[in-house]
Amino acid sequence: MKNDIITLAHGGGGIRTRNLIKELVLAHLGNPILNQLDDSAVVSFESPDLAFTTDSYVVNPLFFPGGDIGKLCMCGTINDLVMQGAIPKYIGLGLIIEEGFAIADLDKIFGSIAAVSRETGVLVVTGDTKVVEKGRGNGLYINTSGIGVRRPGVSAGISNAKPGNVVIVTGTIGDHGIAVIGKRQGLSFESDLESDVASLDSLISLLFNELVASINVLHDPTRGGVAAGVCDIAESSNVGIELVESHLPIKKAVKGACGLLGFDPLNVANEGKAIVVCSADAAERAISILRTHTLGKNARIIGSVVPDHPGMVLLKTAMGGERIVEVPAGEELPRIC
Amino acid sequence: MKCAVLNLARQDMVRMNKRIEQVYALFAEAKQPLKFMEVCGTHTMAAFRSGLRSLLPERLSLISGPGCPVCVTANDSINKAIAIAGCPDTIVATFGDMIKVPGSTTSLERVRAQGGHVHVVYSPLDALDLARKNPDKRVVFLGVGFETTVPGVAWTIKNSAETGVANFSVLCMHKTMPAAMAALVSAGPIDINGFLCPGHVSVVIGSNAYAFLAEKHKVPCVVAGFEPMDMVGAIEMLLRQIVEGRSSVEIEYSRSVTPEGNLAAQRIIQEVFEPCDAMWRGVGRIPGSGLKIRREYAAFDAELIFSDIAIESDDENPACICGKILRGVKTPYDCALFARQCTPSEPVGACMVSSEGTCAAYYAYAKKRGA
Repeated sequence: MKNDIITLAHGGGGIRTRNLIKELVLAHLGNPILNQLDDSAVVSFESPDLAFTTDSYVVNPLFFPGGDIGKLCMCGTINDLVMQGAIPKYIGLGLIIEEGFAIADLDKIFGSIAAVSRETGVLVVTGDTKVVEKGRGNGLYINTSGIGVRRPGVSAGISNAKPGNVVIVTGTIGDHGIAVIGKRQGLSFESDLESDVASLDSLISLLFNELVASINVLHDPTRGGVAAGVCDIAESSNVGIELVESHLPIKKAVKGACGLLGFDPLNVANEGKAIVVCSADAAERAISILRTHTLGKNARIIGSVVPDHPGMVLLKTAMGGERIVEVPAGEELPRIC
Repeated sequence: MKCAVLNLARQDMVRMNKRIEQVYALFAEAKQPLKFMEVCGTHTMAAFRSGLRSLLPERLSLISGPGCPVCVTANDSINKAIAIAGCPDTIVATFGDMIKVPGSTTSLERVRAQGGHVHVVYSPLDALDLARKNPDKRVVFLGVGFETTVPGVAWTIKNSAETGVANFSVLCMHKTMPAAMAALVSAGPIDINGFLCPGHVSVVIGSNAYAFLAEKHKVPCVVAGFEPMDMVGAIEMLLRQIVEGRSSVEIEYSRSVTPEGNLAAQRIIQEVFEPCDAMWRGVGRIPGSGLKIRREYAAFDAELIFSDIAIESDDENPACICGKILRGVKTPYDCALFARQCTPSEPVGACMVSSEGTCAAYYAYAKKRGA
């Protein structure tokens, strides 16, 4: 009998589970800590100041232009740690696999996880696999937890934006959301738009190495896009934020797709971008540092923090008008009007 | 699924500034506060996204009309769609923004969360495709929209008849624009000095459809495109009519709109649909303002196919004054429900359902002023 799909037996804890772990998980991700296969991983840190996060990945489709759920879960977890000024160290993975899932696809996904692990030095040290009956899952769900060591001297936090600060985005916005929805709905865009999914550790390290005292906020604009991200900052810091529409870096293909679907690029998800709020005197240096890195080559100043209208974000529009930017109400929906 | 992409090159900025200056000069000449209604939801959207309102003279206001088809869909239509979504072996296929619109007690979004079969599609053809792929299910497309979307739905119904797709039907909630504008101006006092007539609808129906507004009701009309420059140009043309004491129908969006419109599209609408009365959320019943599927295509009429299902009955909330807000005679602050029972997350009336509706905009700006 061919062993090409996941069956309930793979989650049963018996021989098949063991084989799956050895042949797939350890083959891709093996390291001295994970190889113990003990009930939990024992790790140690050089500093007591840790960042700890958890996240779940339910993306549909599992494979999309520019990445897959494996790359996404690693980068997403790493970025959550990086946004707190931490150096990401260890990740735990919980997989919920739907019966009938192709082992070849699982192999590809573990390959993507391993690639991110190799590039970033972040180790997968613990994990779990469960299999659910056909029809009870979307192929694969992944839950992660991540732990990192906070850099010394970091004061960045979502409530630390101050009037006079400058708002930077590290690259083009909306790429991930449009790439995923394009694949999901079978919309064929003429350009090869790809998700921006990437680990931001090396990019943000460059900023921290030189400007650690000047960075007030780091935030990754994932679901809800840059709009939700800057609104979060304005609300938590109780400051106003003014964005300048003509400064927003947006790819032509994203702008076009948003126009067609009635989306606002500000509301579309990103998976490899950060919003950086820093003091005005450090802004130019921050931009030139970011632009030395491939992930930051389109970094731009997109606005500033103001003392007026605390908690609210305004956008100076391209035609010279002004509008309020709000947290999107729910899922981004294609409009007919 | 059509929104103006707001891009302005530098030379356009210069032209825009000149146009805005023109608007201020003409407004000064008009010597009175003015209210223009942008009838179409896409204009509302474009005005919102470009911040157009903030560039106009303070006493020249743009009010949003009943032209967002999703927002004006009445409770009983939504209730019907919800009831259909609960039927066995049935899939409701809909444009995305419909799923948030509240019915009497729930919405399609909530029904979907509770296991109802609600699919978001991007075109009626996607719904027909869904029917072909699921021959054991009944696929019901929610036909929403004005004359812009109607020809596509008409074509889809014809196509399913010709190709024998028996499990596809349309719950027809289509409405027509001129009848709604007629109802607005004849339903009581209005305080609207000019209409920015919808661009896409007019591509289909032609600008002649608005002649009665200018001739009988003496309200200036300009058909506008959807770029910010189009809208400012149309406002300038409306002001010019007022300053010159005229009321006529003019076309700013001349690259797409003709006085007669698209005759082929008009023919297919007439072939598949016929006029009927329709309920408008926040406005009430408007005679002749809706479309229903003709008897020849009865096999595709979800209204008939699902005529025996139980539907939650409901009237519009009597305290809602959307109708008066739409006519420009009241503001959201005059409404007892505003910001209390009626908020963007729990909207009651049409003007709050759309994030760019008049009430939703007031709600957001009230927050800005700290009110």
